Amino acid sequence: MTDRPDFNGFHCPLPHLDHDTIQMAHGAGGRLSADLFERLILPRFTSAELAPRADGALLDLPPGRVAFSTDTFVVTPLFFPGGDIGELAVCGTVNDVAMTGAVPLVLSVAFVLEEGLPLADFHRILCSMERAAARAGVRVVTGDTKVVGRGQCDGIYINTSGLGVVPAGRHLGAERIAPGDAVLVSGTMGDHGVAILTARAGLGVQSAPASDCAPLGGLVEALLASGADVKALRDPTRGGLAAVLNEFAASARAGFVIDDGAVPVRPDVAGICEMLGLDPLHAACEGKLVAVVAAGDADRALAALRAHELGRDAARIGAVTGLHPGVVTMTTALGVERVLDMPVGEQLPRIC
Amino acid sequence: MKYLDEFRDPVLARSLVERLRRAVTRPWTIMEICGGQTHSILRHGIDQVLPPGLELVHGPGCPVCVTPLETIDRALAVAARPEVILTSFGDMLRVPGSRGSLLEARSRGADVRMVYSPLEALALARANPEREVVFLAVGFETTAPGNAMAVHAAAASRLTNYSQIVSHVLVPPAMAAILEAPGNRVNAFLAAGHVCTVTGWRMYEPVAAKHRVPIVPTGFEPVDILEGLLQTVELLESGQPRVVNRYGRAVLPDGNPAARAVVDQVYEVCDRKWRGIGVIPASGLRLREAYAAWDAERKFAVTDIEPAEPEQCVAGLILQGRLKPADCPAFGRECTPQSPLGATMVSSEGACAAWYRYGRRSPQ
Repeated sequence: MTDRPDFNGFHCPLPHLDHDTIQMAHGAGGRLSADLFERLILPRFTSAELAPRADGALLDLPPGRVAFSTDTFVVTPLFFPGGDIGELAVCGTVNDVAMTGAVPLVLSVAFVLEEGLPLADFHRILCSMERAAARAGVRVVTGDTKVVGRGQCDGIYINTSGLGVVPAGRHLGAERIAPGDAVLVSGTMGDHGVAILTARAGLGVQSAPASDCAPLGGLVEALLASGADVKALRDPTRGGLAAVLNEFAASARAGFVIDDGAVPVRPDVAGICEMLGLDPLHAACEGKLVAVVAAGDADRALAALRAHELGRDAARIGAVTGLHPGVVTMTTALGVERVLDMPVGEQLPRIC
Repeated sequence: MKYLDEFRDPVLARSLVERLRRAVTRPWTIMEICGGQTHSILRHGIDQVLPPGLELVHGPGCPVCVTPLETIDRALAVAARPEVILTSFGDMLRVPGSRGSLLEARSRGADVRMVYSPLEALALARANPEREVVFLAVGFETTAPGNAMAVHAAAASRLTNYSQIVSHVLVPPAMAAILEAPGNRVNAFLAAGHVCTVTGWRMYEPVAAKHRVPIVPTGFEPVDILEGLLQTVELLESGQPRVVNRYGRAVLPDGNPAARAVVDQVYEVCDRKWRGIGVIPASGLRLREAYAAWDAERKFAVTDIEPAEPEQCVAGLILQGRLKPADCPAFGRECTPQSPLGATMVSSEGACAAWYRYGRRSPQ
């Protein structure tokens, strides 16, 4: 349905600056700061609101309830198969806004840069942010840059905050979830988490999985345009599908029954998880959503998801039940129901 | 996916369950040795579909669980030294010693790093010649070859800023100890497939013969485990206390000779304390005298640390199959994965963690 524009044509040459790496002076407010902003950052984020370089942006938003979300990105490595910290910082916040049912519109972007960060790396990150923002249809309207000494941060930290507006008549929220509702996912689970882990560990996996990092505003609009009664949406980032379902179960005081065999997982992701003793349902996605929809609308919702390029592998994975409020269970291949719990702490690989 | 989907095939699994129901005529207690198998059993709900009379008890095959408290305390003492980079596998970092875990030590400033392979620690030592890189080497016969290889490589390249705290354990002596313990209920074993890929299955023959128990090496997927159980029940029902390999795609009679040779070159068998169980004679591996220069416990003189276990924890009885996790009064109350009292609740292979994670809580 939605044609994906070709962003490969974006021309993003590194402007010439006096230094190859970030200096403390780039954050000191003087000429170097102005140079960095005007020659490196500003060209990537051309929006009417950002141009005057005022202390804040004045926004004219369409009517409706305003959704507001913020997130800080501290990923290692900065560049990984399928994306980088810049793309993640745009998509992560855009997706959080989109999950409320709002149309994401604007972003703020704040950088904490480590002294010594190669300018070429920073520029590459800025270019991916530009591409991701264009793909997501959002404008960067305000921002900030700070520099900290070498060793005081991990290259670059990025905070983004996003605003969106919920069109009239749209109401999503976990409190609307009721027994009988169907549970859908828009695609394979765990791709991003396993991609990062693989890149970080240097496992030497030949076909390393790529992150699924993508902005989901378009997919949400396609789903809602189908007319299906969508009760709640969430993107399964940290903690993966298991965390989202347990959060839904707790806030809706409902139970969930998931069919183990119905949850889509890429074979390479499943294989790496098996090798490391991890559960793909505890691993993060950055371009997927979980939707709870009225049972009668499940087919329609699924068809709408699958028709979108980001939802081709969408699947119906289970249902909401009144039987065990607050608890998520999974039906195994043997037909046994067992608990699908929240992950505890950091996902650590097993020993053997 | 190859080697995964076919061993999770629901139709095949259910037909094996059916055959198992027909095969069992008397009550039997079978211990799965390996924590990986325990998790698979609970994750796929295999224990819920077994015929009445067939009981599975969980064995001591969780390397993190059986690593004694003093080893963790010694690692903490070594990690506290400013020149040391302490490395280990992920799971090991979360286990509480008597003064917190290695992850907590890291938050207090110790340089503790998670590695995926003992060779990674070796590379760290090469890259940081001014530091001392210490690898906490735990595990069964499965991880011993890699860890032995790292010492072998360090010795070959005269790398002197690398050393190991070795707390390796061996499966067959633990099986014998379980069978000889008063009140033992175990009639047969599912042997751990990954251990057998290194050791082979013939090494179990003396245990099977002496104690008259069937031993069946098997894999980790539902079909593997159900086939292993069916084979074990058939051996029990027909009175045949012998070893039958049901992990043919990975296990040879004599295992991996090259791996065994490097283990034998670097390590020697020693008495070893198992956490919660006590000292089992000839059940561990330590560095041979020729490799003493790579022994971190000697290098940093931490051998005299002997802490006491928390009294509430019954992990020792759970590791011997004498109690189930839910029999412990602290299970799910004072002891949870967030605040574990014992290692069986910490490790991703621990029986208590598996029971907790897959919702086998004690009835409220």
